[in-house]
Amino acid sequence: MFRAIWAWIQRFSSPKYFFDMSGKLVPWFAIAAALIGVYGLYLGLFVAPTDYQQGESYRIIYIHVPAAWMSLFIYVVMAVSAAIGLIWQIRLADMVASASAPIGASFTFIALVTGSLWGKPMWGTYWVWDARLTSELILLFLYFGYMALQSAIEDQRTADKASGLLAIVGVVNIPIIHYSVEWWNTLHQGATVARIGKPSIDINMLVPLLLMALAFKLFYVAVVLVRARNEVLFRDRSRRWVREIIEKL
Amino acid sequence: MNGTEFSWSTFFAMGGYATFVWTSYGLTAVVMALNVILSLRQRKQIIRRVKRAVRREKLQTQ
Repeated sequence: MFRAIWAWIQRFSSPKYFFDMSGKLVPWFAIAAALIGVYGLYLGLFVAPTDYQQGESYRIIYIHVPAAWMSLFIYVVMAVSAAIGLIWQIRLADMVASASAPIGASFTFIALVTGSLWGKPMWGTYWVWDARLTSELILLFLYFGYMALQSAIEDQRTADKASGLLAIVGVVNIPIIHYSVEWWNTLHQGATVARIGKPSIDINMLVPLLLMALAFKLFYVAVVLVRARNEVLFRDRSRRWVREIIEKL
Repeated sequence: MNGTEFSWSTFFAMGGYATFVWTSYGLTAVVMALNVILSLRQRKQIIRRVKRAVRREKLQTQ
């Protein structure tokens, strides 16, 4: 039984199988991300009502919050993949972890900058060292650390081990970011959507927010597949099947 | 923007927050576009690099 499951995992996590399958999936994820993103932007910018406290400035929410969610989500994907790579020696998992890092860093950067641009008119400052902002900045440095270790260590397996370990240790930061607005007295506002009971947000604001979150997630899947495919081509460049594929490209 | 007739100039003005809102959206668009462009460029570079290596190996074995 376990042997059968293991054989199944091995088959589906083989870089060749992944490369063939993912190539077909990328355009679908990309198209879905674009369509849902455009519709989400339309609802968010044209249809959603003005906030009674923050006026039109609140519309930054439609990129800030989805980007912040993605920064956490991608980190968890990266750390779990790195752990799978470390424990079960599944090479594809290391490739997914490595492919995720720059995308996660991008979303963290977007969350920080849009948050800053939202903070200026609402709080009167671009930056404060409050718990939410500081822990999100640490997240950006964790991504950078992972990427630095990946590129600094010549031997791929050693690089995966070292950077993977960093990714796993850094997971501690994820609940800190999430609960920071409850644990500490932050300038950053509390959760509006992810809370027990009803979200404290108008339905006409919530729908575009969730659509944008979905669009960002689909965007991540499309880009991570492209990057993971690049990892396969590069890491397996001396294998025959890769060379045969590359000759045709 | 409710209750009144829609106009592009009020839309772009964002109730006086245009700088903050549109800088946020513009920057996000740039970062996301870069993700796409750099990922596809990485792909081309790897393909070119492997092709060159294969050619070199063929020359050496001849």
